[in-house]
Amino acid sequence: MAKMKDITRRVAILGGLGGAGYLIVKSDSLTLGSGFQNVARAVEDWTMTAQRGLMGDRLAREYSASDISPFFKPNGTYDPGTDEYKAHEAQNFANWRLKIFGLVDKPMALSLAELRQLPRRTQITRHDCVEGWSAIGMWTGVPVSLLLKAASLKVNARYAVLRCADNLTGEPAKGGEQSPGQYYESIDLRDAFHPQTIMAYAMNGKPLDVAHGAPLRLRVERQLGYKQAKYVESIEITDSFSGIAGGRGGYWEDRGYEWYAGI
Amino acid sequence: MAIDSRPENWLARIRVWPRRLWHLGRVSEAEGFYRHRAVVRLTHWINALCILFLLGSGLNIFNAHPRLYWGMTGTDADRPFFSLGAVDSATGPKGFTQIGAWEFDTTGVLGWSMADGQFQPRGWPEWLTIPGFQSLADARHWHFLFAWILVFNGLAYLVYSLWSRHLQKDIWPSRADLAAIPRSVLDHIKLKHPIGDAARRYNVLQKLAYLGVIFLIALMVLTGLTMSPGFNAIFPWLLDLFGGRQSARSLHFISAALILLFVIVHLVEVLLAGPINEIRSMLNGWYRIPQDRKDGE
Repeated sequence: MAKMKDITRRVAILGGLGGAGYLIVKSDSLTLGSGFQNVARAVEDWTMTAQRGLMGDRLAREYSASDISPFFKPNGTYDPGTDEYKAHEAQNFANWRLKIFGLVDKPMALSLAELRQLPRRTQITRHDCVEGWSAIGMWTGVPVSLLLKAASLKVNARYAVLRCADNLTGEPAKGGEQSPGQYYESIDLRDAFHPQTIMAYAMNGKPLDVAHGAPLRLRVERQLGYKQAKYVESIEITDSFSGIAGGRGGYWEDRGYEWYAGI
Repeated sequence: MAIDSRPENWLARIRVWPRRLWHLGRVSEAEGFYRHRAVVRLTHWINALCILFLLGSGLNIFNAHPRLYWGMTGTDADRPFFSLGAVDSATGPKGFTQIGAWEFDTTGVLGWSMADGQFQPRGWPEWLTIPGFQSLADARHWHFLFAWILVFNGLAYLVYSLWSRHLQKDIWPSRADLAAIPRSVLDHIKLKHPIGDAARRYNVLQKLAYLGVIFLIALMVLTGLTMSPGFNAIFPWLLDLFGGRQSARSLHFISAALILLFVIVHLVEVLLAGPINEIRSMLNGWYRIPQDRKDGE
């Protein structure tokens, strides 16, 4: 029957074209090639330029106390677990120091007691993980802008690099086992001086617990969860992050994620 | 077709292909008409490529947290209305698909499937996602690259279609069109395709489907942006429009499913209506008017 043969031929032609397309699109080398990774970086720059051009210094939405999530999912490291960290925990972090150094005129090392003396900001914000989930929490801490002004930045200062007390070896949801490394993050001065960018020492009215980053974590509210570094030990002011760890400005950035995590 | 479709041997068959392709591309004024203008054709294929990559990479992104919620927030502690996952059972791990109160065993395909040579917990299977291996970082790269292309391509299409009145003339349904919906439904059920002069216009269901997919793509872009904490600072009202960030994520997924449904119906229709004629018209613009189904390509 001519009709049947006709349809068979149509399906064969389209199937062949479709199959070839499928193999091209699905080839791993397309994703892993350096060409694509460079394109991805250009897209990230473009996204950042577009978002920042539109958002200026606008604030992230702040919620009311009744919106606070009863369960705020901890993620990444739940407990750094090192002997050093355990010792700090036993002392209720009395000897923890937040060091601020690098391209500053006045390097500092602040205790939690000192940080609590400084003007504080409390904000109820939504935390969006890159994986897709969201939770709302209340954060209290010192605006990073105050700390950086006190340390007096040098003219070539560009980034604040935060180093953390935890080592991470990846997460199942982010593609499983990764090369282990010290957690770190970085933001540029534009975000560092945003009024909602704080070094938080309290969550939902209580001192930060271990799972959520005790004793200090960053809140940079217009970006995704992996930028909100926990267990922060120091802020180094730099003019680039090319020489640090993998050179991309953060633990997850070194493992392929965007440095600008506004989307 | 005037060309012999029964050549004596394979060599002869291969030899006629160039001539055959050339003839496939040609449609005279008497046989048909110039249906799709260059901008429409170009934006159509760019859009198709974008949707292919966005669906594939979207499924890979979804796998990082294969659960959907309504409202502003949602984590593992909340009950999803849709989820894919794996659980242990007496006979080993099983994959499940949960929709509301229902749960289906989807071992091997959804929730628990073979990837990289071994079974593992995985929302959507390896053969559906872009890239095939599980990588939230790389999938996001694909997603944002093609999201930007989709946006610019879509704007180019909309501006051109409004300016050239393609949208108003060819796609926006008239009153008479709407009145003819029941008949059009019947024609579709009977797989009856228009011939002669009627084939110069889109039928009403076709018009509504095209309008629908334009709306869905706009909804995809807006719900996608509503998931962005940076974009939330720019247009916080979008969060309220969609009922919260997790609702926006769920609507993003649902509209993606509806777009996939459109693509499937679209491809089936192309196949039924005469794939060579339809694909040619989207390549060089020329559409041969079908006179009689037996004569169709």
